[in-house]
Amino acid sequence: MKPTETRTYGRRAFLGVTAVGLSSLVWGKGAWNAFVAIAPPSLVPGWRIYTVASTMPRFDPATWRLTIDGLVGAPQTISYDQLRALPAADQVSTFHCVTGWTVHNVHWRGVRFADLLANAQPRPDASVLTFTSAEKPYVDTLTLDQAHLPDAMLAYEMNGKPLPREHGAPVRVVIPDMYGYKGVKWVERITLGAEAEPGYWEQRGYDTDAWVGHSN
Amino acid sequence: MIERFSPTERAAHWVHATAFLALLATGLILYFPSLSEAVGRRPLLKDLHVYTAVAWIIGLTLVVVLGDRRRLRRTLHELDVYDADDMLWLQRYPRPQGRFNAGQKINAALTGAFAVLFAVSGTLLWLGERDHRFQFASTILLHDWLTFFSLVLLVGHLYLAVIYPATRHSLRGITTGQVRRDWAARHHEKWVREQE
Repeated sequence: MKPTETRTYGRRAFLGVTAVGLSSLVWGKGAWNAFVAIAPPSLVPGWRIYTVASTMPRFDPATWRLTIDGLVGAPQTISYDQLRALPAADQVSTFHCVTGWTVHNVHWRGVRFADLLANAQPRPDASVLTFTSAEKPYVDTLTLDQAHLPDAMLAYEMNGKPLPREHGAPVRVVIPDMYGYKGVKWVERITLGAEAEPGYWEQRGYDTDAWVGHSN
Repeated sequence: MIERFSPTERAAHWVHATAFLALLATGLILYFPSLSEAVGRRPLLKDLHVYTAVAWIIGLTLVVVLGDRRRLRRTLHELDVYDADDMLWLQRYPRPQGRFNAGQKINAALTGAFAVLFAVSGTLLWLGERDHRFQFASTILLHDWLTFFSLVLLVGHLYLAVIYPATRHSLRGITTGQVRRDWAARHHEKWVREQE
């Protein structure tokens, strides 16, 4: 640059950075996934905690009960110890949030719904499970077919430890094929029914069948 | 003493700074699980975050509408134009600088671009929750990365404006408008010469 020359680099920097930022709405997630694939896991930020009530429910193992009722032959009230005594299942799966973030390789341990519901004896006309959260007024549903997918479960451990409070202690729904809002946290009641009432986010316009990549 | 920043410029700076810090505080609580758990009240914090953003945009608009726009246009021009001294200064040669040194010009361009991108991505996040046509998987990544880069800028900015002895006198300029003439002559030589 000659001593007397001037250049309008300021607006170019402003416009350039703005353009790169806006275009990242198209390529951002792809670039991020490529980074996550090669980056050490400690460098990858993971969970975001979304809640709808003013405080997160607290779990007390002594008083906590899970109720299973509705269209069942034998309604159940299960303590935490009784739940842990049911046949356990383990899985490693990917968690997708509808807002765009993803957590890979989450290790879950819990109970498959077939084992969880066996004692309650679901009636033939039951086709929907309604999960009521201790976090009011959160509620959501799965069809029995969806709940019986091979990697759906009611999880009580995450990555080798009891489910932390912010992840829904003591139990949450895990269904990796669907977005996370279907995975009700702090589950305290499972009601079997014949029809699905819209869940918390469904009442706000989200899909009931929240298949990852094919909904909303 | 010599006037470095007009009331309009100072108003724009402090509206932006106050809103940024409030948005940062509420945003970090919404973002970090441990903070989310400790504070709770997510729906309230979300509302606070959104209303602060609205106040930020209204505030900056009011500054432009009610303020000294001719001065603002001149400021924008000063921030836009780089001369040979600026390019050498960026390569660490001690060349005389105008009212803004080249580093401040870069900071201003980035801050402006980030502000636009924050506003766009934040609006998309808000809209996307209500109408899924506006929901993109990359929006939240953009908003997060802007936060990260802005924090880096903010730390550098605060260090130079509040801590680093040679430059921290500039804080006087953005609070009272006035800076010492000898300080200005040392750091913004070409600007002081223009004033005389």
